[in-house]
Amino acid sequence: MSRESVAREKADREDGELAVGESGVDASIEVEYTKPIPRPDAHSQPFFDGSLRGELMLQRCSACGRWMWPVRARCIECFSDDVAWTAASGTGTLYSYTLVHQVFHPGFASEIPYNLAMVDLDEGVRMVTNIVGVSNEELRAGLPVVVEFERISDELALPKFRPAEA
Amino acid sequence: MASTGAIAGLGITEMGKIYGRTATDFAAEAIALALDDAGLVKPDVDGLLVNGNLSAEMNPNLQLTLGFEDLTLLNVMNAYGSTPATMLQYAFAAIDQGQANVVALVYADAPLQPATSAGAAYGTRQGLYGMGGVLNAHGFYGANPGYAMATQRHMSTYGTTSEQLGAIAVSQRQWAMNNERAQIRKPLTLEEHQASRYIAEPLHLYDCCLVSNGAIAFIVTSAERARSLRQPPVYVLGVGQAAPGDSQRTDRHPATHTGATRSGQLALGQAGVGLADIDVLELYDCYTYTVLVTLEDYGFCGKGEGGPFVEDGKLGPGGSLPTNTGGGQLSSFYMWGFTPLSEGVIQARGQGGLRQVDEHDLVLVSGNGGFLNYHSTMILSPHES
Repeated sequence: MSRESVAREKADREDGELAVGESGVDASIEVEYTKPIPRPDAHSQPFFDGSLRGELMLQRCSACGRWMWPVRARCIECFSDDVAWTAASGTGTLYSYTLVHQVFHPGFASEIPYNLAMVDLDEGVRMVTNIVGVSNEELRAGLPVVVEFERISDELALPKFRPAEA
Repeated sequence: MASTGAIAGLGITEMGKIYGRTATDFAAEAIALALDDAGLVKPDVDGLLVNGNLSAEMNPNLQLTLGFEDLTLLNVMNAYGSTPATMLQYAFAAIDQGQANVVALVYADAPLQPATSAGAAYGTRQGLYGMGGVLNAHGFYGANPGYAMATQRHMSTYGTTSEQLGAIAVSQRQWAMNNERAQIRKPLTLEEHQASRYIAEPLHLYDCCLVSNGAIAFIVTSAERARSLRQPPVYVLGVGQAAPGDSQRTDRHPATHTGATRSGQLALGQAGVGLADIDVLELYDCYTYTVLVTLEDYGFCGKGEGGPFVEDGKLGPGGSLPTNTGGGQLSSFYMWGFTPLSEGVIQARGQGGLRQVDEHDLVLVSGNGGFLNYHSTMILSPHES
C-alpha cells in the first residue's frame, strides 16, 4: 500500500473516530475493531439500523414486489418510486466465494486468506458478505446459509452468513 | 457491410513501470505517435475522444492541456473496458455526418508509483462511503475478488479447473515473447502458473492482468481519407455493445453468461460474417477467466466447455485459434479496451512481425468492463468489405 493511501486510510479512520466521539459513545471500542468502518448515508441508514437490531432490511417495491440490493433509487423492475424498506428472511444459498490473499487494509491482515462470498437471498437479491461459522475449506456453491449480525461498534453491525442448521 | 470509417493511426508509448510521467504526458506522446503513424499533424485533428478511467486527468480539459483547437467533436467516454467500440461508433457517426474528419481516441493512465505493488496501486482507489463502504467493510477491494467469485462459480457449475485457466496464461505468454512492447517476456510454464501465489482463490498471480503506466491512441478517419494516408487502413466492419445489467439479482448470471453473446451477434451481423470466418481473436483479458467465458459466450465452444476447449493450447502461436497475439493484458500491458484493439490493428495491418498471424482478413476484438457487466465487440479487416 502506498504511503499516500495509508495516509488516506488513516485520515478516514480518524474521521470515523471523531464521528463516534461526537455522538457521545466511548471511542475506545474502536481500538478493538481494526477493519474499515462503513459510513451510513441517508440512503443506506435503514439498512444499518436494521442490522443493529438484528433485521436484514432490503428495499422492496410496493408496486410490483421486487426486492433490491444494494440501495437503488427506484424499483429496478417497474421503475416505481414507491419503494419501502422491508425485513428480509435472512436465508439463502451460497452463490460463489473467494479466498482473498491480498492485504488491502491492515484490519484484515491477520485473517489472510479470508473469505468473501456472494449469497443469493430467498428474496431474489445477491449480496456480497463473509461466511462465518465454517472453515474456508468447507465452502461450496449451493450451501444453505442464514444471516447473523456482527457488532462492529455501538452504532454499527454488519450482516454475515453462516451455514443453516440441517 | 462496407465500412464507412477506418483506423488510420496507432500510437503506443512505453508501458509498465515508467515513473515520473503523468497520464497527460503519456496521452500526448501516444497521440503524437499515432499522428506520425498516420502521416497527419496536430492541426488535422478536429475530434478528441478520451477514455474516462481512474485517472483524474482524463477529463474534457485534456483538449486544453494538449493544445487542441477548433474541435467539432470532444467527449470523455466511459463504458469501462468496453469503451473503444462506442468511441468508434460515435466517431464514425460524426465522420459520416460531416461533423468531424480526423478523430483521436486516447487511453492513458499512470497508477504505478515506485515502491508500490500493482495491486495496491490499482485496488485502493476507493472510499468508505455509502454502499462502497459496505463492500470494504467485508474486505472487498478492487476487481480481483469479483472476478475470483465469477471464476469460482464457473468452476462449481461446469467443473472448470485452474490448470485450464493456466493454459490461457501460458499461451498468451508465448505470444508475448515475440512482442517487444510486452512487460513480461520470459517463458511461463503451467507448473509456474500453478505454483504462483494466490491473489484471490481460485485466481493465481498469473491469472491476473498487469497494471501499466502508459497510453495508446488511435487516429480514426473516413475510409476514403484513410486510403490516402501512410498506413494500410484498418476497416471497422462491425461494432456491437451489450450491457446485460444488474449482477445482484439472482435471476441473472453475468458471472457465467456475459454480454459477449449479444455484442458478438450485433458486430458479426453488421459485418455480415460468422465465427468460422474469424482469423484472429483479441479478447479482453483482465483475467484468464475473462478469455474463457468470452470464448464460450461468442459460441466458439459450448457453454461450460471453455476449459477443455483451451487446454490443448489452441490459443497460442501455431494453434488453430490465435488469441491475444501480443500477450494481452496478462503479459503485455493493461490499457483497458485499448490493449486488445491495438493488437487487432497491428494484426489486421500485417505488422505483427514474428507474432504475425498469416491469415488476418478478419480480426475479432472484444471489450469488457465492470464485473463482466459491460461488453463490446469489434470486427476489423484490412479489406473494406
